[in-house]
Amino acid sequence: MVKSPKTRKEMPPTPLSVPTVGSMGKTGTWRTFRPKVDYSKCTRCTICWIFCPDSAITRRADDAPEIDYDYCKGCGICANECPVKAIAMCREEE
Amino acid sequence: MEQTIIDTANHIAGLAAKMARVKVVAAYPITPQTTVVEKIAEFVENGDMDAEYIRVESEHSAMVACIGAAAAGVRTFTATSSHGLALMHEALHWASGSRLPIVMAVVNRAMGAPWSIWPDFSDSLSQRDTGWLQFYCADNQEVFDTIIQAYKLCEDQRIFLPAMVCLEGFILSHTYMPVKIPDQEKIDAFLPQYKSSWTLDIEHPYSHSNLVSPEWYMEFRYMIQEAMKNAERLIPQIDREYGRLFGSTYGGLVDKYRCEDAELILLTMGTMGSEAKLAVESLRNKGLKVGSARVRVYRPFPVTEITKLAKNAQMIATIDRHVSFGMEGFLETEVKASVFNEEDSPLVAGFIAGLGGRDVTSETIEKIARKSLKWMQKGKVEKTTEWVDLRE
Amino acid sequence: MVTIKELPKEEYLLKGHAACAGCGPAIALRLLFKALGNKIFLVVPACCTTVIQGPYPYTSSAVPLQNILFESTAAASSGIVAALRQLKRDDITVVGWAGDGGTVDIGIQALSGAAERETNFIYICYDNEAYGNTGMQRSGATPYGAWTTTTPSGKQERKKDMPMIMAAHRIPYVATACPSFPVDLVNKLRKAKEIKGTKYIHILAPCPTGWRYDASKTVELGKLAVQTGLWALYEIENGKFKLDSPSDRLIDRSKRKPVRDYFTPQARFRNVTDQDIKRIEQWLDEDWERYRRLVADSASDSASYGKI
Repeated sequence: MVKSPKTRKEMPPTPLSVPTVGSMGKTGTWRTFRPKVDYSKCTRCTICWIFCPDSAITRRADDAPEIDYDYCKGCGICANECPVKAIAMCREEE
Repeated sequence: MEQTIIDTANHIAGLAAKMARVKVVAAYPITPQTTVVEKIAEFVENGDMDAEYIRVESEHSAMVACIGAAAAGVRTFTATSSHGLALMHEALHWASGSRLPIVMAVVNRAMGAPWSIWPDFSDSLSQRDTGWLQFYCADNQEVFDTIIQAYKLCEDQRIFLPAMVCLEGFILSHTYMPVKIPDQEKIDAFLPQYKSSWTLDIEHPYSHSNLVSPEWYMEFRYMIQEAMKNAERLIPQIDREYGRLFGSTYGGLVDKYRCEDAELILLTMGTMGSEAKLAVESLRNKGLKVGSARVRVYRPFPVTEITKLAKNAQMIATIDRHVSFGMEGFLETEVKASVFNEEDSPLVAGFIAGLGGRDVTSETIEKIARKSLKWMQKGKVEKTTEWVDLRE
Repeated sequence: MVTIKELPKEEYLLKGHAACAGCGPAIALRLLFKALGNKIFLVVPACCTTVIQGPYPYTSSAVPLQNILFESTAAASSGIVAALRQLKRDDITVVGWAGDGGTVDIGIQALSGAAERETNFIYICYDNEAYGNTGMQRSGATPYGAWTTTTPSGKQERKKDMPMIMAAHRIPYVATACPSFPVDLVNKLRKAKEIKGTKYIHILAPCPTGWRYDASKTVELGKLAVQTGLWALYEIENGKFKLDSPSDRLIDRSKRKPVRDYFTPQARFRNVTDQDIKRIEQWLDEDWERYRRLVADSASDSASYGKI
């Protein structure tokens, strides 16, 4: 298995890149707004999960969304598509 | 069963691909390569060759299809000429950068405009910087042997670069010559299973060749250069091993003829090398100490071999079958570069001959030799880059 | 029919990739993996996805991915398919994944060749209607009236009808899709996988960066494209034409939403005049009359590829 190299000797003969979470680092830093889920309103429909371009939403055991804020770019699609408006886009603090 | 057959270099190239047990051929017809792919189509369709023949819609796609197939893990082959090779240009870079051991027969043909179907080396030499090994053959036997040797070299883990086996259009491609064809079993023993430097693999998923920043790119290029240096070392070894097993050998990187005590060495590539041998015989019969060196491998350039030759000779006359406009022929330039830092480097004279298929006979080469000898007596090359037999 | 919840939880497009926030093509790529899993070889030319992977030594794709020259998706795929046949690996699906530029413009030759050779692979064009990777210059797939960096006052020519061009190659399966309709897209991908021959799927993938709208509206705009009739969801299976929901209800023009609903949120259409709208609506009517005819012919005609 080709690993991420440090020296030239460790480099493969041609660029072979390894599947890595966070290839661009913590893309959560791109955000201006962050999605906040009101779990009392959420109907566990999983629509937000299927539409996240960044694979930043995972499904909890009961199918409620778990948002990974390290990687969520704050695009707002989840909030826009939620049929019961259970997700609100709030300005990032700091 | 070893046998001798009489066939054209194009058919021989197709036969070599078949006997190398190539699994995917992707090719597009172009004069004078066409009979290579027609032969392969015949082999595949009557079951003589267990391979896929992708009748692609352009040469660019031909090279890329070979890249795809090699990346997926099989031995590949293609062939082209002239503008077909030029059309593949960016794909040639991609193939070498991908370190895939693709072998391609290049049936040398002049570049246009204007259209010419006759041979010179402007097509393959224009691609000299693409990171491909380049071999230049002087007869049909060498075409067969070199293709087989090329697979062995390219798939060596110290190399993993693609290779062009060049043969002049019509002079070799369409000329019948006797060729010794070895046993399939012996070839199988010489050429084991296809080995790639990497493959597309479900168990080990990678992205191949996504974006590489300035932080890493240079090292990848350095590794290609290292592979070329390894090739310079390994080619003579493989050539000797092949000679032991199959009986034909070519002297490694440079095919030398009567150079040991030569004062003037005529340096050529391709079939001019054979004509040069005749010229040498004729001149030697007149007491002139002339030898000939046929550069068999142009990339990697045989710098060490050339500097060795240069030690004993007073002059090297290069005969280039192409020209780099605004400068000179590549052999002339690269020989000069090879000997520049040597003590007592010889005089180097450059001649351009045979462009667009103009015939270069042993008599022409004798004339070149005589002119060079005159300059050698004077101790000075009187004209840089002389064009031979030019209409006034 | 699968439901969203039934789609697998595994992600093969790894988070932390380089796509713009709200990227439509990224949703489509995620859906590709949800549909087909990871026993695929992806062939990706120069396009947005090249950059989305992120830089060496990392990648955001968890399936084997061959990056290749811009015009060569279908040629590289042809080579891989041939090799896999020789290696007797019929368990691996080869998927070409190219942008609209690499499909309808520079890549059309290789694609046409591969289709004519009946190459057994799935070719997907994810269409953000411009050359996204290089900064949103116009492509043959840019629609009439759209701003791009090389058509600043709006493109004067119509969008190339690539799905119909592919249908003219008589390949066994042509489909249009949009990630706003995820189940439809997944079904089409899974159907394509089971068919032998060249399969072409054209996905309209909204792009906030190029279309100039608020990133949160990607899915909404995809829905509007379909609901206005500007993007029809259909399949052509062995020459038989079929509209998919909700496009099957839009032959009746009164059911189509007004095209302005689609244009207004997108700043790329800010130069579109009332006269332009009239032309667009006329072309829309012509296209839908054609679809109506195709549906009727396919229902009655038993011969395939008779009437495209």
